[in-house]
Amino acid sequence: MRVRAQIGKVLNLDKCIGCHTCSVTCKNVWTTREGVEYAWFNNVETKPGTGYPTDWENQKRWNGGWARSANGKLHPKQGAKWRILANIFANPAMPEIDDYYEPFDFDYDHLKSAPDMNAFPTARPRSKITGERMEKIEKGPNWEEILGGEFSKRSADYNFENVQKEIYGEYENTFMMYLPRLCEHCLNPTCSASCPSGAIYKREEDGIVLIDQEKCRGWRMCISGCPYKKVYYNWDTGKSEKCTFCYPRIESGQPTVCSETCVGRIRYLGVILYDADKIEAAASAERETDLYGAQLDVFLDPNDPEVIAAARREGVPEDWIEAAKVSPVWKMAMDWKVAFPLHPEYRTLPMVWYIPPLSPIQNAAQAGQIAMSDQMPDVRSLRIPVKYLANMLTAGDEEPIVHALERMSAMRLYMRALSVDGVRDEAIAARVGMSGRVIEDMYKIMAIADYEDRFAIPTAHREQNEHGADIRGGCGFTDGNGCSTGEAGKTTLFGGKKKKFALPQETF
Amino acid sequence: MHNFLFGIYPYIALSVLLIGSVVRYERDPFTWKTSSSQMLRRKQLIIGSILFHVGVLVIFVGHLVGLLTPIAVFDAMGISHGAKQLLAVIAGGIAGVMALVGGGMLMHRRWTDPRIRKTSSFADIAILALLLAQLVLGLGTVFVSLQHLDGHEMTKFMSWAQGIFTFQSGAAAHIEGVALIFKLHLFLGLTIFLLFPFTRLVHIASGIFAPMRYLFLRAGYQLVRSRRHRPLEERRRAYDKVQAKRGPTATTPAE
Repeated sequence: MRVRAQIGKVLNLDKCIGCHTCSVTCKNVWTTREGVEYAWFNNVETKPGTGYPTDWENQKRWNGGWARSANGKLHPKQGAKWRILANIFANPAMPEIDDYYEPFDFDYDHLKSAPDMNAFPTARPRSKITGERMEKIEKGPNWEEILGGEFSKRSADYNFENVQKEIYGEYENTFMMYLPRLCEHCLNPTCSASCPSGAIYKREEDGIVLIDQEKCRGWRMCISGCPYKKVYYNWDTGKSEKCTFCYPRIESGQPTVCSETCVGRIRYLGVILYDADKIEAAASAERETDLYGAQLDVFLDPNDPEVIAAARREGVPEDWIEAAKVSPVWKMAMDWKVAFPLHPEYRTLPMVWYIPPLSPIQNAAQAGQIAMSDQMPDVRSLRIPVKYLANMLTAGDEEPIVHALERMSAMRLYMRALSVDGVRDEAIAARVGMSGRVIEDMYKIMAIADYEDRFAIPTAHREQNEHGADIRGGCGFTDGNGCSTGEAGKTTLFGGKKKKFALPQETF
Repeated sequence: MHNFLFGIYPYIALSVLLIGSVVRYERDPFTWKTSSSQMLRRKQLIIGSILFHVGVLVIFVGHLVGLLTPIAVFDAMGISHGAKQLLAVIAGGIAGVMALVGGGMLMHRRWTDPRIRKTSSFADIAILALLLAQLVLGLGTVFVSLQHLDGHEMTKFMSWAQGIFTFQSGAAAHIEGVALIFKLHLFLGLTIFLLFPFTRLVHIASGIFAPMRYLFLRAGYQLVRSRRHRPLEERRRAYDKVQAKRGPTATTPAE
């Protein structure tokens, strides 16, 4: 056993309202710079849809994630090491910026500076790359917002596999849900495995996957390696960038920006202890449907004395062990089994998990004919097909999804009985294999979702990580390049762009 | 002047190449990169880049082996100067045409595509132009070489290059009488060495070393970095020591 700790995350899709506050606050903090205007470390997609970048889930096209060869060994789907190196001059699996969208801005100034004209002045779009006029915007960061576009295009969605999708194109049968996405901070990341420079690494202390900007050389293999397409190439600096899990905030015990600002309170952060020795075996599970279960086996019970002893022995700090015991992520993923990894079939063992959404009964229009089983609506008759959710969260295995949805609807039924009739109906809880007490805890964390219940983040232990003498005279947090500005006098010697350094100023 | 250009300038160029690269790597590691533009436009890049890089690499290795292998080695292996020259002309000619075609495609793309043009620096365009000029000069020498296939001319360049690398003061004299096109090719080549640390060419160095590390030094695929002072084994030992001292109930963490 080799115990490591990671700050894991759960997103409760049942409560996502698609407001994009997470995306916007993330962008404002991390990607307002030239070169990454098009990059959204966090984005929210409307499903069904092909997403951003287009069709990202289809690994037949993009070759992301891992492949399991006949002898049970794993290699990146884009190829083993030598194959990746063979593509170093031109990466055939890498998306072009048009697969995301060409970043643009509008000529707002024209609205106030236009001369007296017969026609009302307009703000026309302009490319942020070339600065040239764009006659037509063909794509944006959220092009399919609230089912925008034709069903024929949206239904190219990979999650429709083995679903009779035609009927969902009909107005009466249509369904939608939101899928907020960010870097999964995988246990078995393909981005880091694909990097020839060794610039991408996972941190031992908190599991955050980061790109060393000074070691990245711009070989671009991480971009095609990541099946979630969450590594972005900064076309200005020539380096790859990705979600940092807001590590400066996490280190000081604060939630990530996207979690902090989530209006629907759908995001949870907590410590998960895992066994690093089991990762390889779990990721190489033979059948794709086994991968969800295999990942559960990698996680370690923080209440198990053996695990605690091993964690102490490996140097996991005491408050991290305590935090793991109250981790909402552990509760949802392991205790209640309502949270699932996004596309476990990519074999990356992602650490950002999702609670599937409940949806209205499909045939509610036919009043009185609602499919019920034991007073509970049959979750298989919900508007969002279970198969669709299963394709997204459990590699197509419907059983765990049905189980989770039943628990969630039982929670509603139980709490309705409690708050309307004042009855603690243990029978409802028992039907889904829980007790009333557990359901009330589930309600407190998943429905009420107080700040303290959503986030249980222990701070980083600087005394373990840093020698005070080493950081003396350091440059603190810089945007790459350490202390050097890359400038010699008035010219830049090594080709870096001259950028004026300006301290943020308060404006009133 | 001849002695300066081919006796002293090589040392200037190589010194700047070496020291400049070390300084850039140490002082400005963030600027050390390939500056790939594939993200912005895929068109022409896939074929152009592969042709160019493969061609240039073949030429580079050919020059390295051809110029720096002592003449005695070829003689010992029984390779006549004429055969060596023929090999150089044929292999170099094919690779040169590949690189020129590929480079031409890259230049066309860089010059005419608004996305690439806008994001290119002066150095990006200039160094590509210099490389293309060097390819044209290099291919031009093939026609001169075809007139004397006995390989005698070629040994002059080998003596010169090896003379430079073994610090012989009279190295420049070896190529006193060669055709002008050779001299231009040599001068431009040295100039490209000189410019190396200040352009995107630095990625060549990474292109040689990074794959070695990736293939041979990285066990498996994954990289985990720890910021903790003590490595895992040491932490385990320290914990076990404390446990042994205080008895099995102690709960002191390893650090």
